[in-house]
Parts: sequence; structure tokens; C-alpha cells
Amino acid sequence: MTRLRNIFVTPAAVLMLFTIVVPAAIICVYSLLSRGAYGGVELPWTTENYSRLIDPLYGGIFVRSFVLAAAATALCILLGFPLALFIGRSGTRKNLYLSLVILPFWTSFLIRLYAWMFLLRDTGLINTALQSLGLIRQPLPLLYNNGAVLLGLVYGFLPFAVLPIYATLERLDKSLLEAAADLGARPIAVLMRVTLPLCAPGIAAAAILVFVPALGTYITSDLLGGSKTILIGNLVQNQFTTARDWPFGAAVSIVLMIVAVLLMFTVRRRGEELL
Amino acid sequence: MEDILELRGLSKQFATHRAVHDVSLAIERGAFFSLLGPSGCGKTTTLRLIAGFEAPSAGEIWLNGSRIDALPPFRRNVNTVFQSYALFPHLTVLGNVEFGLRHAPVANAERRVRQVLEQVQMSDKKSRKPSELSGGERQRVALARALVLAPDVLLLDEPLSALDPQLRKQVRAELKALQRQTGVTFLFVTHDQEEALAMSDRIAVMQGGEIEQAGTPQELYQKPETRFVASFLGEMNWVNGVGIRPECVRVSHDGFSNARPGRIAHIAFLGPYRHLTIQLEGGEVITAQTAAAAVFVTGETVQVSWEPNDELRFSS
Repeated sequence: MTRLRNIFVTPAAVLMLFTIVVPAAIICVYSLLSRGAYGGVELPWTTENYSRLIDPLYGGIFVRSFVLAAAATALCILLGFPLALFIGRSGTRKNLYLSLVILPFWTSFLIRLYAWMFLLRDTGLINTALQSLGLIRQPLPLLYNNGAVLLGLVYGFLPFAVLPIYATLERLDKSLLEAAADLGARPIAVLMRVTLPLCAPGIAAAAILVFVPALGTYITSDLLGGSKTILIGNLVQNQFTTARDWPFGAAVSIVLMIVAVLLMFTVRRRGEELL
Repeated sequence: MEDILELRGLSKQFATHRAVHDVSLAIERGAFFSLLGPSGCGKTTTLRLIAGFEAPSAGEIWLNGSRIDALPPFRRNVNTVFQSYALFPHLTVLGNVEFGLRHAPVANAERRVRQVLEQVQMSDKKSRKPSELSGGERQRVALARALVLAPDVLLLDEPLSALDPQLRKQVRAELKALQRQTGVTFLFVTHDQEEALAMSDRIAVMQGGEIEQAGTPQELYQKPETRFVASFLGEMNWVNGVGIRPECVRVSHDGFSNARPGRIAHIAFLGPYRHLTIQLEGGEVITAQTAAAAVFVTGETVQVSWEPNDELRFSS
């Protein structure tokens, strides 16, 4: 029995070791070394990479990343919950709607972001249409701002909110909803007093699945945010590429990782408390 | 006593089958009424129609003088004890019991909650979550949660089936006592004839979506109108198309005028009496109850007889 278990667990364990533990350890070590002249890292050991993070410039980037990720998470849950509820009540069409939710994954995220750029830019579909209708003279600044990044994040991560919420809704004992109605609760009260609290684990999972990758995103902010809207992800990317400051980039990554893990534990504990 | 609940020609047609067909019933205020039948007979669907979870295809439901079959469940003054109890897992015992009070403001709500928790002996466990309760305790919370709203009729969907058999008999007595104490009309759905006979003032036996017969337990047992009712309630022997209850069968070593000889195939000792399985000459098998003291041995030949008055005859 244990042998069989080992056989099944080993491949996953080895994969995790080489794709998560080892790289994380390397980054950790890099973050404590000095910057090499042409990229890379050199001795001596230092904690300077971390103390540099106190600079308000980086604080601003962290705060903006947090606010954007939190807003994207809130919007994804606000939009995802009713959508999951709707899919759960669509009877035979459930599977069709579910495949529509994951349909965007069939195309590369990069290409879908370019599509958004074509829609949002000054000469894009939206602005051209509004201009030719005579509603606006000057094109609206739709691209290269926080709003565009938020839109991209919500668009990209919405399925990650819908799917876990849908899964908990599906597992919900339907007789609990009947019992609530039986005890005099109107549909809206059933939703607020039974469905929503019992979906807390799904909502917590959705929050983690959206917030953590949104916090570390760089491609969305890179394409839709332009150079003005720098996020943590872009900061890390810059340090490893143009800035050639690997140790600092590693230190930022480590801080990001710690924050994400702490957050995950808090949310999970809260989710368990609710049940 | 006036009727509190009346079903008139109630039917429910699902896409593929007819669950309930032309059911008419009147239930007296304060009665313990059972719907009895095998699984799939339509008894649970009937209950769900009354609660409002299903809409009838035809017919009317009258509760306390007003027609309710078009009302949503939250507007009907009936409450349900679900087979699975359906307690809210995120709420405590107290939270479950108080759930309905927010939607139907009742005078002295706090005192009522305390009183109903005492009635079901759950006062000391009111801060527990359902997951920390035993099956019997959950069932009592489900009862309290419904009874605190003082429904015109309490609907109970096989509430004892989730309990272990030892507990079930004890809970039967408790349930009956609770019904007397509160004076609430109980509509109890069960497939267990013994349960229905032991607790009910009246029983309606259902089969194939229709009511076969309604009456007191005694009427149904002693004067069944159909073969189905005769077989479903208690044990029944069928000899030459005639029904005879095992306790009406006389077994002796001496011959009577109309006695038939048979061989004892099996004896089961059941405490106060013995249950005999006898193979009659001609191949038919008949069961009989005899006093525990009666001396019979497996394999011996005995004389079997009964009073013609005890024979039950059916046209259908």
C-alpha cells in the first residue's frame, strides 16, 4: 500500500522539487548576493537588496500592484458569483456554458491582450466607432492606464473565479435551499443567508486564484499599462533584463512570494472559520 | 373537528412518469396523519406539492380555509422536516432554530425558542454545530426549527429512516408525545408500515401515485379494501385467493372439522410468540403465530385451521 502510494506520489514530488523548491532556493540565494557587472551575481553576501526596497519609489509600485490585484479580485468575484450561479441553474446547458467560460484558454493570453489593444487604442475599434458616430471629437484615453490594466486582469482571470465558485455551488445540498424557503426565506434571503455563506470556501479559492497571479502579473501591465503603470512583475522583469540587477530582482520576487503565501494562509483560515 | 388540510384531485405529472394521480384527502386539525406506501408510490411528491417545492399539474391544495397551491414555499404556513434533516451546517443549533423567525416575526420569539429547545431536549447543546450532533439530536433540531414557527401542518419526510433501528422505536414514542404536547397537525410520510400503525390517528396507503385506502390503523389492518393494502400492512397469507392473518391461523396436533394437514418447515422464536412456517399438503405455504409455550417441532405434521369469519376476500 505504502509502496503503491510512493509510486504515485514520487513523480509529482520530483516535479515540485525541481520546478518550485530548487528555483525558489536559487532566487533566495541570489537575493543575498551582489550585482555582477554584466548581469548575473557575485560575492560578497549582502542584505542591501532588501534594504533598497524601503525606497518610496518601490513602495508605490507595491501599493499600486496590491490595489490593482485587490480590485481585480473583487471584480472577478462580483462578476463570477452571479455567473457561476447562472451556470449552475442552466440545467442541460451547464456544460455548454462551462466550455464557453474556458473557451478563451484556447487562444494565447498574449494574443488576446493584443486584441484588447486593438480595441482600446486611440485608433482602435471603440474610439473609431465613437468618433464616426460623432459622439466624441478626441479619442478617449482607453489604453495605457490603470483602468486598462484592471480590465485586462479581470478579463484574464475571470474563469479562475467562476470555476471554483461553480464547483462549490454544485456540491451544495439542494435540500438546504428548499429548507430555507420552507422556513420563510425569500429567494434573496436564501442567497444571502444560505448560498453565500456555504460558498465561502469557493469564494476564498477564487480570491487566491485571482489575487496571487494578478499580484505578480507583468504581461498585462506591460501591454495595456504601458510604461506609466509599472507593477511588481514589471519591476522584477526589468531588473533581470534591462537593469541587469539580478540580486535586486530576486529580492523583490522573494518579498512577493512571502506576501502571497501569507495571504493564502490567512484567506484559507478565514474560509475554514466560516464553515 | 374541522379539516386543516385538504387535497382535491391533486396530480403531478413529471416528464417521464405520473408521480401523483388524482389524490384527494382531508386531514383533521391536530391529527397525526401518515402517508404510507412503498418507495416510488408518490408519497414524498405529495408532501413536496404541499410544501410548495413542486407545482401540481392539476388539483387544489387548501390549508386552513385558503387555497395555497399557487403560493411559493415561503408563503405557506407549513414546515418540513426533511429526510436528511437539511440543517444549515454553518449555523449553530440555536441559529438553525431561529432561522425562520427572522422571516415571520412572532411574538415572544425568544421565549418560544427556549421552550421548543426544551421540548426537544436540546437546550444544553444550542451552541453546537450540526456536525457535532448525533443523528437523533439532528432530527430533534430539525423538529424544533420547524415547530418554533407554529405551522398549520408539520410535514415529515421519513424523519426516522436515517436513525439506527434501536433508536427508531424510542423516537417514535417521543415524536408522538411531541405531537400531542404541541397540538400541531403532523403529516408523516413513511414506507414503514409498523411505524405508521404505531403512531398514526389515520393513514392513507398509496401505490402507483394513487390512494388505495385511507382510514384508522385498525380499519386498514382489519378491513383492508384491496389486496395491496392487505399485503402491505402486516403479514398476510394467501390461500386459494383468500387472505388470512397469521395470528388467525390455529395450529394443533388434533384434527378439526375444516382443518388441513401440513408439515412445519421452520420455527422462529420471537419472545412472546413463535412464528411457524407450515407447508400445507398441496404445496401452499402458510405462516402462523402460536404462544411461545406451545410445543411444536420442526418437521412434524400438524393440523391447520381458521375461522371463516377471519378470511379476507377481495374483488381486485
